[in-house]
Amino acid sequence: MTISARVKTLVIDGRDVSARESETILEAAQEQGMFIPTMCRLEGLSEVGACRLCLVEVKGINKLLPACVTRVEEGMEVSTRSERLDRYRRTVLEFLFAEGNHICSVCVANGHCELQSMAQRLGMDHVRVPYVSPRRQIDASHERFTFDPNRCILCTRCVRVCDEIEGAHTWDVMGRGIASRVITDLNEPWGSSTSCTSCGKCVQVCPTGALVEKGKSVAESVKHPEFLPYLKRMRGQQ
Amino acid sequence: MSTQPTTKVSVATVWLDGCSGCHMSFLDMDERLLELAAFIDIVYSPLVDTKTFPEQVDLTLVEGSVSSEEDLAKIKKIRAHTRLLVAMGDCAVTGNVPSMRNPFGPEKILQHVYAQHAPREIVPRLLPLVVPVHQVVPVDVFLPGCPPSADVLYFALTELLAGRTPDLKGSTRFGK
Amino acid sequence: MIHHTLQALTPDDLPKVAEAENAAARDFEHTIHVCVAAGCLSLHSDQVKQGLEHQIQESGLTHCRVKGVGCMGLCSAGSLVSVRPEETLYQAVTPDDAPAIIESLSGAPVNRLICPTDRPFFTQQTRIVLANSGEIDPERLEDYIAAGGYQQLAHVLNDLTPSQVIDHVSRSGLRGRGGAGYPTGLKWGTVAKAGGPRKFVICNADEGDPGAFMDRSVLESDPHRVLEGMAIAAYAVGADEGYIYIRAEYPLAIKRLQTAIRQAERAQLLGSSILGTSFGFHVHIRLGAGAYVCGEETALIASIEGKRGQPRPRPPYPAESGLWNAPTLINNVETYANIAPIIANGPEWFASIGTERSKGTKVFALAGKIVNTGLIEVPMGTSLRTIINEIGEGIPEEHRFKAVQTGGPTGGCIPAEYLDTPVDYESLASMGSIMGSGGMIVMDEYSCMVDVARFFMEFSMSESCGKCVPCRVGTAEMYELLSRIVQGRSSIEDMALLQDLCETVKYTSLCGLGQSAPNPILSMMRYFKEEYLAHIVDHVCPAGLCQFEAVAQEVQL
Repeated sequence: MTISARVKTLVIDGRDVSARESETILEAAQEQGMFIPTMCRLEGLSEVGACRLCLVEVKGINKLLPACVTRVEEGMEVSTRSERLDRYRRTVLEFLFAEGNHICSVCVANGHCELQSMAQRLGMDHVRVPYVSPRRQIDASHERFTFDPNRCILCTRCVRVCDEIEGAHTWDVMGRGIASRVITDLNEPWGSSTSCTSCGKCVQVCPTGALVEKGKSVAESVKHPEFLPYLKRMRGQQ
Repeated sequence: MSTQPTTKVSVATVWLDGCSGCHMSFLDMDERLLELAAFIDIVYSPLVDTKTFPEQVDLTLVEGSVSSEEDLAKIKKIRAHTRLLVAMGDCAVTGNVPSMRNPFGPEKILQHVYAQHAPREIVPRLLPLVVPVHQVVPVDVFLPGCPPSADVLYFALTELLAGRTPDLKGSTRFGK
Repeated sequence: MIHHTLQALTPDDLPKVAEAENAAARDFEHTIHVCVAAGCLSLHSDQVKQGLEHQIQESGLTHCRVKGVGCMGLCSAGSLVSVRPEETLYQAVTPDDAPAIIESLSGAPVNRLICPTDRPFFTQQTRIVLANSGEIDPERLEDYIAAGGYQQLAHVLNDLTPSQVIDHVSRSGLRGRGGAGYPTGLKWGTVAKAGGPRKFVICNADEGDPGAFMDRSVLESDPHRVLEGMAIAAYAVGADEGYIYIRAEYPLAIKRLQTAIRQAERAQLLGSSILGTSFGFHVHIRLGAGAYVCGEETALIASIEGKRGQPRPRPPYPAESGLWNAPTLINNVETYANIAPIIANGPEWFASIGTERSKGTKVFALAGKIVNTGLIEVPMGTSLRTIINEIGEGIPEEHRFKAVQTGGPTGGCIPAEYLDTPVDYESLASMGSIMGSGGMIVMDEYSCMVDVARFFMEFSMSESCGKCVPCRVGTAEMYELLSRIVQGRSSIEDMALLQDLCETVKYTSLCGLGQSAPNPILSMMRYFKEEYLAHIVDHVCPAGLCQFEAVAQEVQL
């Protein structure tokens, strides 16, 4: 994406902000050190606007807009916090916790999990909706990594990093709706995948304990996705 | 503890399907328990000797998920006789470890644990799904954590005793 | 009868072909129309047609012929046969009735088969989109031309500039018939103004709403009308390639479209150098693979591109950046079918029909608890009462009308007190429903509104693409909560939670599927709240449908 030289000015939460024309509301806000919750987004990967946590209110528009994909416009007035936005965000998190089998206390990502942290940050302390309790098989066939779909939130970061950065496209999504799940190759065990390069990028970008390195015990899985924006910059794609 | 009429706040603690870790955390308040003793009376608890749940309790701390018909009957009775109900710990708040049997169903668990590996004892009938307390009865305060730390428990109790709803945003976390 | 295939037509050829076809038709004393659209075909109307043809041959009647035609509308009375020129309509015809019908040609009509046509279903419709349905043979290009077909395309190419065409469409007031009701002229103008080396025109024929069969019918009965509309659109916006995305569950419509495209290309009415001009437009067919979400325009585009059928955030809108990032016009079948009549009769004529803000007519599929199930076309602004009680002839078995669901599984219901609501975009929206694509499902007092909401939510849940969290999980949660209600395991807290989830899913979902999935619940809670409460509090289903498990409440979760 070429960097545009034109600058726009807008207001975010009452603060005057300037941003490049090609920037999104999220980028403009983050540059100012303002926090907008995100989950499916990861700097260095394409945006999908799927988790809906980053929805913001824009004056004059009756729809909520996802900050991660909405370009800044001159004179925009953005609110990133409101009673209803806070409520919706907590409900989205409740949906995520209810959808899988998220048992934090015994999870390898306990204490280092973006889902867990987001719940803490947004003040979500219990799940009002019925738990789905799905039956999901763990895939531990890979030599170095384990995939536990009970912890997967379908953020598709693994799909995107494997496709856009590594180029192997081992991960993709199968099924539809609540039956969606990420799979390797044509729904074959990860260990017998012919496309996987075992680079481990998917593990590092996974926000939860779904994709982890083997040999980690409870609360030991710490991820390091910082390589991503660095790689992108070095490849001159920034 | 005391059997005379008292003006202190009556507190009960209960553990349903829990590991008692939250009760250990409660005890972990150490010397602060003595401080609290001036304001509260523990009228029913696994830690004390009372056999029946009192007619009216001011505050009940509930540890553990609702996993069996016995848990279900207990929690309904407790809710009916309690003014403020606090779900203490991840098992009570989210189901946590006991709820890991949910994708498989109670039959498999019963077979594995009780038929194959233990002598036959009379166990309460398992519910089809393990559920957190608030999916059965209304809960007034949630204290996530596995277990919630003694500091959190102390803060929550002192706030409630002062008549305030404890604001725990950011100080509790599932799993820890 | 014209036997040779039409080739390389010029504008002057069109009226000649029409005249020749009409002259040939006048040679016949009787023409018997037999419906060969999907509805009557399922009642073996193909055998009826064969039977009649056989009977004609046996009787040596060379001045009689049988013609397969499209849908005549009254599907519940199929198989339908219409004898011309008398315009005698026969209903529930079986192959065994062939001899009687042939014999009646020289005498009195077959009384036991007569379908009266002097009633509102036949007299109160305004058939513009459906003008040719039931009149022409959908598999003969000559028939379409004889009815004036492709003359508008010729007129547009020779006499109008693209912006004049867009101006006509804008002034007509035509709004997208797929459901959103976006001003068609405005959309065409946006695509026309967009820059870029190539542009596309897409026809959305995915028609996924349960109970909706308007588009299927038009494509089976009058496919050329849609092709002509697409070609005119392509000329107006500057596209030279088009796609018809049609659901694979419509094999007959697909076949008829393929035939029509082949015929049109051979006759130089599609393809390169259309009608001898420099304008070229190639149309390709793409089949869906069973996903309702692919009726959403960005998911449809992803599907054509060979990707997973999932919507993407908009903006940018397809008019700016659509198929392969090129400016793309995407309209519904019915929208395209309106174009040729608008060009022929002028935008003022179209704007004189309908209401202030909803011009023209709308095709509706009447289904459910209604006497006359089938397809109708009425001016916008017609009241629901007229449609249901007069044209539809009310509820069968003397049951009472309870509600009508408009707009498909993500629309809303209108109860009896509001039967006088005119059918137009704004009025339906103000009632908490939507026009949608035109499905109208009528319910009587034996329909349980909670059960209906649950049925629609099951649909939304299973059709959700899974990309965004609120729709993927929210529809499943709302379905679970509705299931609890119909099974008698719910509570007032559950109902409050359900309403809360409706709000979240409605305002945070990525695309229209999730955004409108809560509509049936919201609409039914607005008008039938007592029914929900009866299930939850009293454990009673007022419609007598839901069976509550006779187990004590304490052991239920």
